[in-house]
Amino acid sequence: MPRMGTHPSQQRADAGIAVAPRPMRRRARRIDVARVGIYAFLIAAALFFLTPLYIMVVTSLKSMDEIRQGFLFALPEHFTIEPWRAAWSEVCTGVSCDGIRTGFWNSVMIVVPSVIFPILIGAINGYALSFWRTRAADWLFAMLLLGAFIPAQVMIYPLVKVLAAASLFSSLPGIVVIHVIFSMPVMTLLFRNYYASLPQELFKAARIDGGGFWRIFLQLMLPMSTPIMIVGAIMQVTGVWNDYIFGLVFAGRENLPMTVQLNNVINTTTGERLYNVNMAATILTSLVPLLVYFVSGRWFVRGIAAGAVKG
Amino acid sequence: MSGVNVKNLGIRFGSNAVIEHLDLAVNPGEFLVLLGPSGCGKSTLLHSIAGLIDVAEGSIEIGGNDVTEAEPNERGIGMVFQSYALYPTMTVERNMSFGLRVSGTPKPAIEERVKRAARMLQLEPLLQRKPSQLSGGQRQRVAIGRALVRDANVFLLDEPLSNLDAKLRTELRRELKLLHNSLGATMIYVTHDQVEAMTLATRVVVMRGGKIQQIGAPVAVYERPENLFVAGFLGAPGMNFLKGELTEGDSGAVFTSTAVKVPLDPATFKVDTHRSGRRAVVLGIRPEDIRIHEDGELSGTVQLVEPMGNHRVVWINMNGISLSAVLHDDRDIRTDSTIRYSFDVRRVSCFDEATEQRL
Amino acid sequence: MVLTVLVGYLGTTLWSIRVSLSSSRTFPQYDFVGLQQYERLFDNERWLMSLQNLAVYGVLFLLACMVIGFLLAVFIDQKVRGEGVLRTIFLYPYAMSFVATGLVWQWLLNPESGLQQAVRQVGFAEFAFDWIVDQDRVIYTIVIAAVWQGAGLVMALMLAGLRGIDDDIWKAARVDGIPPWRVYLSIVLPMMGPTVATVFILLFTGVVKVFDVVVSMTQGGPGTASDVPAKFIMDHLFGRANIAIASAGSIVLLLTVIALVVPFMVVRSRAGARRNDA
Ligand SMILES: Nc1ncnc2c1ncn2[C@@H]1O[C@H](COP(=O)(O)OP(=O)(O)OP(=O)(O)O)[C@@H](O)[C@H]1O
Ligand SMILES: [Mg+2]
Repeated sequence: MPRMGTHPSQQRADAGIAVAPRPMRRRARRIDVARVGIYAFLIAAALFFLTPLYIMVVTSLKSMDEIRQGFLFALPEHFTIEPWRAAWSEVCTGVSCDGIRTGFWNSVMIVVPSVIFPILIGAINGYALSFWRTRAADWLFAMLLLGAFIPAQVMIYPLVKVLAAASLFSSLPGIVVIHVIFSMPVMTLLFRNYYASLPQELFKAARIDGGGFWRIFLQLMLPMSTPIMIVGAIMQVTGVWNDYIFGLVFAGRENLPMTVQLNNVINTTTGERLYNVNMAATILTSLVPLLVYFVSGRWFVRGIAAGAVKG
Repeated sequence: MSGVNVKNLGIRFGSNAVIEHLDLAVNPGEFLVLLGPSGCGKSTLLHSIAGLIDVAEGSIEIGGNDVTEAEPNERGIGMVFQSYALYPTMTVERNMSFGLRVSGTPKPAIEERVKRAARMLQLEPLLQRKPSQLSGGQRQRVAIGRALVRDANVFLLDEPLSNLDAKLRTELRRELKLLHNSLGATMIYVTHDQVEAMTLATRVVVMRGGKIQQIGAPVAVYERPENLFVAGFLGAPGMNFLKGELTEGDSGAVFTSTAVKVPLDPATFKVDTHRSGRRAVVLGIRPEDIRIHEDGELSGTVQLVEPMGNHRVVWINMNGISLSAVLHDDRDIRTDSTIRYSFDVRRVSCFDEATEQRL
Repeated sequence: MVLTVLVGYLGTTLWSIRVSLSSSRTFPQYDFVGLQQYERLFDNERWLMSLQNLAVYGVLFLLACMVIGFLLAVFIDQKVRGEGVLRTIFLYPYAMSFVATGLVWQWLLNPESGLQQAVRQVGFAEFAFDWIVDQDRVIYTIVIAAVWQGAGLVMALMLAGLRGIDDDIWKAARVDGIPPWRVYLSIVLPMMGPTVATVFILLFTGVVKVFDVVVSMTQGGPGTASDVPAKFIMDHLFGRANIAIASAGSIVLLLTVIALVVPFMVVRSRAGARRNDA
């Protein structure tokens, strides 16, 4: 409804409400130029980060005929999910040819215990370190953190020998033990910092109430640890799932995780490379961590930040 | 020296209008204190004067120039933040000089100004330290120093002392006042500490919900509050309020409630009781205006005596209403005893219950 | 529990040191040949090549990741629209494995079917981007892939650091009339020192370990042009059965890490102690 004949100041106030903040000529223009630059940079960066994903998805939906024509960026003319099926259940992974699915299940078998045990051990370690605050405990912790920086190559061969001596080499328990060992510093740190951030009074009150080490842990600390357990689980799932080198060395032929099988699929095939199948297999392999990432969102970042503190 | 003139100011965060149609004129050389409860828009007003918040409406003039759209550094202001906001990785000297360096002021001039500010604030021995190596009071002095070297005409201070302990606060308060006296610059100072407001201000602005409730000299605002809010906000312990109505007495209006009758001084209260008939009002009396003495015409029982060091606060139960009174002598007063007291009727305030405005 | 791991860490490391001083080949032997294995290691063309690659990769990767990550964080911090979406886009590669990363980029950079071909098809027939099969340039392609994977992490950590900076600092700088780029450079970046150091160490330990992405992307090729120490060690451990020289290599890696991490931790714990005193 047009308002006519109102008082000038009234009109101005109305305009102000309708058109949000009053245009500020001088400042506005300067900001606009900068804004365009900012968005240009961000969009360019976003394209760089998205291109590989786009190419992966598009390629995995094309037939080989189409791929041979080139046009990397083109959308598939004839959508086909055949490559996905082939990748899942037909493609050759080294010796056998029953698809990447065996790798998938192997990875699941490895991931489940490799999430549960490190978290439990990390929780106990972290709790113990915050329960007994002694100089020795601090030293132990410092050494553990330092251990996190030892390149895996230093430890691989001795560990192979140790596991072989315990007849765990090339077995599922073997690879799980390896993941437990290598994740211990970060998991311990995660829980220790979390427990240290809880109010000390809580702790003291429980001790005055006569709770012992395990009692306090099981009845007080563990139930309060859910958030940090989620963070830990996210880190372990993505970390273990994405692991390549330990799976390659320690898992043994029967238990090769998906990443190792994926690499076999792509880098050991002879004859024409089935890029569409390869890309489908790559996406399939990345699906679990990507899913974890998209679902967990902020928790994921929190996990990284927590893990990053280890420095 | 320049004044600040805020006209018809409106500020919104999204669709939420925090300040609307606010007018405020700050005289050159004035020490103006913005006082009000948390969230009433004091910082918002101050930051908009500084140019740190875009205004949706209205204009801001500093020293006669319209600076509504000017950048903060073009406004001739210096600002001191509650959290100090010192640059933590720079020494005290660099903290103070950084702005000048960036703007390309010649070196000797920078040195000169930093030296002068450091002398004024007794910062000379600290110039090479980092903020993390300073005490709270010293940090705040550096923050003030940073504002000083800008040779600003108007200083804006947002709760500069609220992070300090009580003793330091008193000390820096005095220093600030002396600084203002020697600089003669305009200062706008945000606080919710009444003592700061009372001691520092040439004028106090009491705000509430983005609106100015009253502007005036500290004493005037304290003694003659314009409305119930201002009356209740100032003073500790707060003003005592009694509900009642106005009736016609021998020599003018009389405040009447179940407990007391108080004749109002006709010189201060010009009320026409005939026209409006019986009128619901609230009577306000400050604790120090309740006199405890044997021949007082009112009586009540003592609920509680709070020793405050140089005075005591006596809580009196008057027919179910709690009153606080300030007592400066050391006579013996026991809890549960009955005492007599009277109101200093020349110093009471009276407000309309409906409009909450002073009569 | 913690103790066993310490024995695990310390014990295995000591064992590796011991083996590196022996003449072991397929099986460990416990004779003592001094630093002979180290001498042989540094006479080995392939090892020197892999060290050089590691240096090039490390410097470029660290620089690119830090700069790009910081810029992304700064730009995202400008109250842009769709911040959540952008953050998700920049960080998702970090959730992917190095193996997958390597494979995707192998496909993208493949001259016959990847980007080069695609650009040629739209009319730039001369366009050449065949670094992945170029002995001298292949290492750069690995840098590209690794930066793609890791820059988002830097962005996320830097962004958290930026958000941790008191708003009043920004306001004070505006009153001082300091242009934003200068504030970032002279005030914000120095304030983020601990964050930058953490990110650096995180990336650095990743650099030393780099293995998966090389294996999946180039398999160290063409030839041994993109070989890296971790791959050299693995090959000598398992393929070439020369565990002594491999152990020597791994100890060299360990020393590099220690040389960087220990000073970092000392400085950090000192800073922490100072903060506790205050
Ligand atoms: N950036 C912002 N976005 C949205 N709302 C805001 C913002 N800043 C302030 N507000 C709102 O504006 C109102 C006034 O805030 P302001 O900070 O000016 O209060 P204040 O009087 O300074 O309070 P205090 O004494 O606690 O500092 C508050 O209700 C607050 O919630
Ligand atoms: Mg405020």
